[in-house]
Amino acid sequence: MVEKKVGQPIYGLTVRDITKHFHRTKKSDEKLRLPEKIRRLFKREKEIIHAVDGISLDVNIGEIYGVLGANGSGKSTLIRLISTLLLPDSGSIHVFGDDVVTHSMKVRRVMNRVSVEASFFKRLSSAENLVYAARLYGISAVEAKKRAQVILERLGFEAKRMDEEMEQLSRGMQQKVAIARALLTTPMLLLLDEPTTGLDPKSKRDVQTFIEEIRDERNAVILLTTHDMAEAERLCDRIAIIDNGKFIAEGTVEELIAKVPPQNNTLVTLEDVFIAFTGKDLEEEED
Amino acid sequence: MLNIGRETVISYAFIERNFNLLKRYLNWEILFFSYSIVNALTIGLIMVGRGSSQDVLYLVIGALIWGFLSIMMREVSDAITWERWEGTIEYTFMAPIYRITHLVGSCLFAILYGLLRTGLVLAIMPFFFGEHIDLGSANWITMTVTVAVSSLSFIGIGLMAAIFPLLSPEKGQAATGILQSVLLLISGIYYEIEVLPEWLQPLSKISPATYTLRSIRAAMLENASVESQAGNLLLLLVIGIVLIPLGFWVFHLAERYAKRVGRLKRSG
Repeated sequence: MVEKKVGQPIYGLTVRDITKHFHRTKKSDEKLRLPEKIRRLFKREKEIIHAVDGISLDVNIGEIYGVLGANGSGKSTLIRLISTLLLPDSGSIHVFGDDVVTHSMKVRRVMNRVSVEASFFKRLSSAENLVYAARLYGISAVEAKKRAQVILERLGFEAKRMDEEMEQLSRGMQQKVAIARALLTTPMLLLLDEPTTGLDPKSKRDVQTFIEEIRDERNAVILLTTHDMAEAERLCDRIAIIDNGKFIAEGTVEELIAKVPPQNNTLVTLEDVFIAFTGKDLEEEED
Repeated sequence: MLNIGRETVISYAFIERNFNLLKRYLNWEILFFSYSIVNALTIGLIMVGRGSSQDVLYLVIGALIWGFLSIMMREVSDAITWERWEGTIEYTFMAPIYRITHLVGSCLFAILYGLLRTGLVLAIMPFFFGEHIDLGSANWITMTVTVAVSSLSFIGIGLMAAIFPLLSPEKGQAATGILQSVLLLISGIYYEIEVLPEWLQPLSKISPATYTLRSIRAAMLENASVESQAGNLLLLLVIGIVLIPLGFWVFHLAERYAKRVGRLKRSG
């Protein structure tokens, strides 16, 4: 049982020394003889992947905290650990003072998530998908449709298209429905896992503007993972750079930029900071 | 604490969702429904002209009851498979609902869907068999009680089968299929279990379908009363009472394992 000490500030989200590793079957390029192939079939060599390696962070109420990292750096694993979909190997995560492992039900009531892949029942309409999702949070179908319509219209999604099957909608529109699914439960903690990846510029702008509105209106705690520098710069109050499961830098955009000395009298950008800390270029990674 | 009223309302989400999916995949439903009819017909017609009307009914009961029990067993497992394929399982597992609510919702859908499909097939049978089937001595009360009691044990088996797709959608479906075919072989669906090799017969005795078929055949062919089937029914009830909590517990263990090793995600 987690005790809340008097006088200790309660952050919206507190992560302490969290670690998560996975075992992955080792792939071998070497040409093997048949007996060796058979032996390996039964006894596969495993390698350990340290997906999240000793991460700590605090996010205040009303703050957007960004996690900037390349593909496979551990962003989504961190989100899954917070959203109770993975059990940590060690460390602790508290949402408004409640431990995500021991008080998972309480945490789930105040949290929702938008993931990079808009996972839906593709043959159901967005209205049917949203009603289903809302019912799981005890929201009636009538209320769900009303709330969804308001959110979707603000995101530039025509309400009359709510009865179309999801597979008929573009990626951008599906992602807007995914955002509506997360927001119609009015979460206090919103986990946004690359919510604008793959969206056209207009949809991307709609979603980013909406995230700002949510922060201002609801005073929610927002954790945003992205590999879009401009998005991180525009939306995040603080940013952590993640590489190989570790946070290697943290601060406001200004603080991060100040950590990297300018070269050739040019202004340092967030991208320069990222390259300086990780040695990687996100655009190359995406390619 | 579990609020029964709230959880019952929430479990409706799964029933509604599955019926919505059923509507969207209506062409597949028509195919499965046609297959169920043809299956019951072809099996029953084997005996037309060769045996008595009792013999025809014996086989038709086997086809219908196996169809119903298979739906009970498969639907929960299929619901999990579907969620894994679509990637929505993470959102269901992230929602503030008890797993029992989730699985009870899927089970309730399985019962409703099984009754609907088997009822429709049953309604069509007289058009094909006519005087070759005699339902004059059927005891419908005993049949209904037997179906209700045996549903419990098949839901228990379904809950356990659902762990296969939870851990691996592709391999899971195959594993559920193998389990189903073993039950078909050992449970005396179209023959008495005594014709099986002796070494296989002990397995028949632990299959709930064996006792379900015995009681339903007794009810439909010999007008057996509920009292006369009390032994079988009690056994089915005990199997159900054991298998349902066991099914929930096994599913809980599988969920914890999936969360430990990261099996819930679809990709990324």
